[in-house]
Amino acid sequence: MKSKLPSAVLLALLASVAPAVTQQRATVEDTTHVQELGYNAVPGFFKPPKGEYFGETQGIATNSKGHVFVYFRDPQTRLWEFDQTGKFVKEIGKGYYGFLYAHALRVDRYDNIWAVDEGANLVTKFDPTGTKVLMVVGFRPPVDEGITTAGAPTTPDENYTLCRPTDVAWDAQDNIFISDGYCNNRVVKYDKYGKFLAKIGKRATGNGVGEFNLPHAIQVDKAGNVYVADRGNARYVVLDNNLNWKTSYNNYGSAWSDCISTEGPKQYLFMSNSNPNGNGPGSWAQTGQIYKAELDGTVIGKWGHAGKLAPGFQVVHMMDCRNPNTVFVGEIESWRSQKFVLGTGK
Amino acid sequence: MKRLVSCLLAASVLTGTAALAQGELNYTASDPIRYPNGIYAGEVAGVATNSKGHLFVFQRAGNPYSALGGSRIFVHGQDQLLEFDQTGKFVREIGKGNYSSLVANSVRVDAHDNVWTADKYSGMVIKFSPDGSQILMLLGRKPESINVTIAGGAGRGAAGGRGAGGGEGAAPAAAGAAPAGGRAAAPAPAAGGRGRGGPPGAGASQDLFTGATDVAWDASGNVFVSDGFGGNNRVAKFTSEGVFVASFGKTGSDNDSLDSPRSIATDAMGNVYVADHNNHRVQVLSNDLKSVVRTIIGVGDPWAVCISPGAHPYLYVSNSNPMNDLDKGGEIYRVELSGTVVGHFGQAGKAPNQFATVNQLDCRQANTLYTAEAGGYRVQKVKLQ
Repeated sequence: MKSKLPSAVLLALLASVAPAVTQQRATVEDTTHVQELGYNAVPGFFKPPKGEYFGETQGIATNSKGHVFVYFRDPQTRLWEFDQTGKFVKEIGKGYYGFLYAHALRVDRYDNIWAVDEGANLVTKFDPTGTKVLMVVGFRPPVDEGITTAGAPTTPDENYTLCRPTDVAWDAQDNIFISDGYCNNRVVKYDKYGKFLAKIGKRATGNGVGEFNLPHAIQVDKAGNVYVADRGNARYVVLDNNLNWKTSYNNYGSAWSDCISTEGPKQYLFMSNSNPNGNGPGSWAQTGQIYKAELDGTVIGKWGHAGKLAPGFQVVHMMDCRNPNTVFVGEIESWRSQKFVLGTGK
Repeated sequence: MKRLVSCLLAASVLTGTAALAQGELNYTASDPIRYPNGIYAGEVAGVATNSKGHLFVFQRAGNPYSALGGSRIFVHGQDQLLEFDQTGKFVREIGKGNYSSLVANSVRVDAHDNVWTADKYSGMVIKFSPDGSQILMLLGRKPESINVTIAGGAGRGAAGGRGAGGGEGAAPAAAGAAPAGGRAAAPAPAAGGRGRGGPPGAGASQDLFTGATDVAWDASGNVFVSDGFGGNNRVAKFTSEGVFVASFGKTGSDNDSLDSPRSIATDAMGNVYVADHNNHRVQVLSNDLKSVVRTIIGVGDPWAVCISPGAHPYLYVSNSNPMNDLDKGGEIYRVELSGTVVGHFGQAGKAPNQFATVNQLDCRQANTLYTAEAGGYRVQKVKLQ
């Protein structure tokens, strides 16, 4: 199951980097030789209400009962709950003030549902039934300041002001980690009541240590390490629990989204090399696959491919991998959510 | 010193001890309402109780939206006015979809249990009948449309949608000149299409508000409205039939000026207590609005005020934290009507017992306060001991 890297490449890598600085285990070249993992799509898993459609699927997440929540852009941003068979259960958050432009959805270990909205600049914690707002982080731009066509964001880099936030995660102490996002280029840590604790990154984009260029997704492993999909830099950044820089994984493609499994004896890191949005030329040929790796960045395998028809991917925006053998993906441009069962080998 | 007090308070909340620093009042806070299925908490702008103990919660909900109309943009909101009974059970929604809905700011219940709302962006005050089924009176008029200044050309994509500055804490600039880099393109208030007299700030337009923030009454039923956003900084007085009587205040920090009056309350004598937010004071005005009776300081930047009933009324003043900061302010002061600060309680935060941007206070009953928390998406019931 686990792929050994070509030894020549590995040797070259070891020779070329200072061991204290990086733990990179692969390069862009050798991921093309990474073994393909077998997988099966579950066609037509999601059954939306009659006469209704998904919009741009931005967030997808499961709870401990196997229910699946899909958060998508529609004329009104919407959140739908499905049961473990894909049957529609209910809509959550209809008419809610914090739903403006969906970006990500995650479910915490208590089954609370967290929605990250990059239009309302708000992260909302719903209770497990989705009927009650428990807390918000950030605040919706006041209406009288909300009308803008300016090209550049003006939201200051304040501790409690999010600017197009992208994702949320938690550690074992229930501290909250937010990737923030399209304009602040930072990661912020709050306590469970939303009190500011720490941040890393700055307004200006950069590709050095301590810098981000569109942190687009975030996960935390059981040890408390933080994994940030640094999309604009096509790398995954690993931080410790206090947001100190540890390392980065630079060889997994476009770095749109990551996911760390929570069920089973061991945690795995999934990373999506999503094909570019906008149907760019060649976007189907080289990209679109999802990598499976050890938490230390050692690659295990890859699966999936870009494509307009299911089970292809058309810009994977988010994955749920609670169970590392059952992965849900949400795609933007196909208005699609899919369920996959992973096997081993091809 | 303030930090020390905060630390002590935090410690006392955590350990449950009653060891309080000087001036700290003992209190407990709880969640008094249950939202019904299908209605979510939003930014809770207002809370008020009626004589039966019913709670009225006025919140920013849904999605404010604009409809394109050439150079004129028509804006509408979906604020919610929700009634709960004394046990916290949902009773009804009032005023759903009404035309004035834009940015909820205040709800108050008068001596006859009529329910009044103030919307700070449409500039309208509505008087609902006690059961909410009828609109009995309107003050102000919603602008027909807003004119939008386009800043920065045809940029697309990265616009965060929010201006610089403190958001809730920042006093909106009066003019609609294209801002360079700072505030995002601001709607130009009071330009021709707004249907208003002169430019804002140039003088009180008697019957129209640029941003109605709160409403109060005296024993004769006269109505006082604070008009504190979008240019005007004043308090206006009307008869019970809505006829304009007087106005106090121009923009500034002088004794006869106000800067962002966010909240008002009246005492039994009919004096009007104005939360003069940006001037860090409560201005107490005479009933005829002709003079300042006294100025109360030492209460932070007053954001919300209420006056309790009974033989010994108190003024409560919230030094609410801005929406963009949980690390300062948040405490609520108890003040003698003479201006002496008795003590204070609470601090900013989203944990139970903390306060997250209190936008309105209700204190119909002595020693019981309700907080409308815009940043906390919640109402809390506070019992003072």
